[in-house]
Amino acid sequence: MSNIMLNVRNLHASIGDIGILRGVDLTVNAGEVHAIMGPNGSGKSTLANVLAGRPDYTVTRGEVLFEGRDLRAMEPEVRAREGIFLAFQYPIELPGVRSWQFFKSAVDAVRTHRGEEEMSIRAFDRMLQEKMQLVEIDPELTKRSVNEGFSGGEKKRNEILQMALLEPKLAILDETDSGLDIDALRIVANGVNQLKRPSNAIVLVTHYQRILNYITPDFVHVLLDGRIARSGGRDLALELEEKGYDWIRETVEAGAQPGS
Amino acid sequence: MTAQRVISRERGLDESDYKWGFVIDIESDTAPRGLSEDTVRFISAKKGEPDWMLEWRLKAYRHWVKMDKGEPAWANVHYPPIDYQDIIYYAAPTSKADGPKSLDEVDPELVTAFNKLGIPIEEQKKLSGVAIDAVLDSVSVATTYKEALEKHGVIFCSFTEAVQEHPELIKKYLGSVVPYTDNFFATLNSAVFSDGSFAYIPKGVRCPLELMTYFRINQADSGQFERTLIVAEEGSYVSYLEGCTAPSRKTHQLHAAVVELVALDNAQIKYSTLQNWFPGDKEGRGGVYNFVTKRGKAQGVNSKISWTQVETGSAITWKYPSVILQGDNSVGEFYSVALVNNHQQADTGTKMTHIGKNTRSTIIAKGISAGQANGTYRGLVKIMPSATNARNFTQCDSLLIGDKCGAHTVPYIEVRNSTAKMEHEATTSKVSEDQLFYLQQRGIGVEDAHHMIINGFCRGIFKELPFEFASEASQLLKVSLEGAVG
Repeated sequence: MSNIMLNVRNLHASIGDIGILRGVDLTVNAGEVHAIMGPNGSGKSTLANVLAGRPDYTVTRGEVLFEGRDLRAMEPEVRAREGIFLAFQYPIELPGVRSWQFFKSAVDAVRTHRGEEEMSIRAFDRMLQEKMQLVEIDPELTKRSVNEGFSGGEKKRNEILQMALLEPKLAILDETDSGLDIDALRIVANGVNQLKRPSNAIVLVTHYQRILNYITPDFVHVLLDGRIARSGGRDLALELEEKGYDWIRETVEAGAQPGS
Repeated sequence: MTAQRVISRERGLDESDYKWGFVIDIESDTAPRGLSEDTVRFISAKKGEPDWMLEWRLKAYRHWVKMDKGEPAWANVHYPPIDYQDIIYYAAPTSKADGPKSLDEVDPELVTAFNKLGIPIEEQKKLSGVAIDAVLDSVSVATTYKEALEKHGVIFCSFTEAVQEHPELIKKYLGSVVPYTDNFFATLNSAVFSDGSFAYIPKGVRCPLELMTYFRINQADSGQFERTLIVAEEGSYVSYLEGCTAPSRKTHQLHAAVVELVALDNAQIKYSTLQNWFPGDKEGRGGVYNFVTKRGKAQGVNSKISWTQVETGSAITWKYPSVILQGDNSVGEFYSVALVNNHQQADTGTKMTHIGKNTRSTIIAKGISAGQANGTYRGLVKIMPSATNARNFTQCDSLLIGDKCGAHTVPYIEVRNSTAKMEHEATTSKVSEDQLFYLQQRGIGVEDAHHMIINGFCRGIFKELPFEFASEASQLLKVSLEGAVG
């Protein structure tokens, strides 16, 4: 039995006429944590958004299989209901939309998709209380409009709260660590660690190795010019921190095999 | 308590998405087509009105004939000329032309019809906590909870009945806020108004029930010209709701109503509307022309008048619920959501006229445009020289869905007292792709996502509605936008 959760083969994607991803290969198994690193403009966020189905991006070549099924045929909301979660780099404000209502609608959408009943208000409240503690979020925030007037750190924590509520199979964290102070980073990382299961997988998109001090990845991939230029273990991140991305670029240009 | 069934039925639709489009199959007693003094006399005679009432109507009619400029031309709405001689000005279900004496006498056909609309008027099924006056075409067919209200001295009845039973109140207040010379449509209404509701809250009484009038146009080619008058005596309070629907017809129907509110010292009137007249089909055929004059006079000191409206129906809406802030410290409020889709047009807003000292007004108007529709907010805030320390806050927000619709904001501010404080905020935005994707990424479908964003946009208004009406309003927006998104 295969436990391949996500299988990306030769993925090309563009925004408008501009090609961003130029042949990404990536395999993520259940129970694994993958870190995707790379310099600005290398296509990290594009990869995260393409997996979630953001409409501005077009997949021009290659295939993306999630649990063996073609993701391209699924609308973004279907992907979400199937268990793909994207923690946004810039969480969106929804003026007037109550956080509580938003969270509950999301949870119910997933449940309905699985043929389960919508959650009772009481059961949901209980779950929400519990998950709020996990990400140490001020309960007052969930009474406000979604992300409206939240600080950068609060927004990021709010993303992890949603992840905790939805318990996705595949969580993609798009630079969730950027802009966080050290305490917020610890809280976010702690939340993510507590959500790790043998049955789910996490893809961390990040600039910095800093967050990897808290969340230990099984694999580190370096994305460069829309391709994975090198993959390795935890140590690769440390090496990168020391030598910089140019080091990878140089080795790639020197003819080393990507993904060695 | 519950008025929510007004919109939650699924029967009787034709090819359009309008779910209230069925015709009630009931015999009708109608006036001959066209308008003349004879029409006015016919209507008055049908109602067995006293002479003073007929005279008032005739004065209005004679004034209307002389209004050679015709309809107001300044509004941002476009429609072919209306042939006022091709309209039926009076239509009444025959069985009860003089109105039922009690609810038991109401024609079972009508009871069924109103049930279909979600308005139970039978004795045993009355909505708890809401007294309803049901108006079909030109006449009131039923009023619930009359006795319960009478115990508190509250009068809630059809206008026709009020003319007979409470002539002193009608003579005193009819036309006192909207005179028969006011404007083309109000003058027309004054001549031919058929029925409507009258409510009177005596001194010091907090009306124990929400009062509701449900208006229904049924007869083809008929106009509806109802007239509502609410008088709140010193220190009283009333919350009044109105809902409206009409059958789907290929021809346009004219609705020219007048609403007058009077609040005396320390009195409060809260007036909420869910307007869901037939909006026409997707190509813009048919639909109600909704030309309505609504005005309240906050006459007494510390009096307060609040208008809350959710306007989703009608091919054309021309409507400016206004407040004359006459009493010192009086308060006027206008909370509005106006949604237009397909080929609908709405030019709506308010007028706040500050006369008394320390008068305060708040205007919050939310416009939503979809399809090829055009929505306009038009508002006037006028501070008279006597209105020392007047304050106004105005906020106009427009939300666009798609790229073929329009939103327009036309605020007028006229200040003649230098102590006035005025604030005006306005925004125009589109439902953003980012917001939609964010919601979709959480498993919420495109249509529900739109609904959530739009509800969020309207939240400030919905919270002003009585609780049961608020969920209904939200549903109404959802239904009205079906097909506009996704």
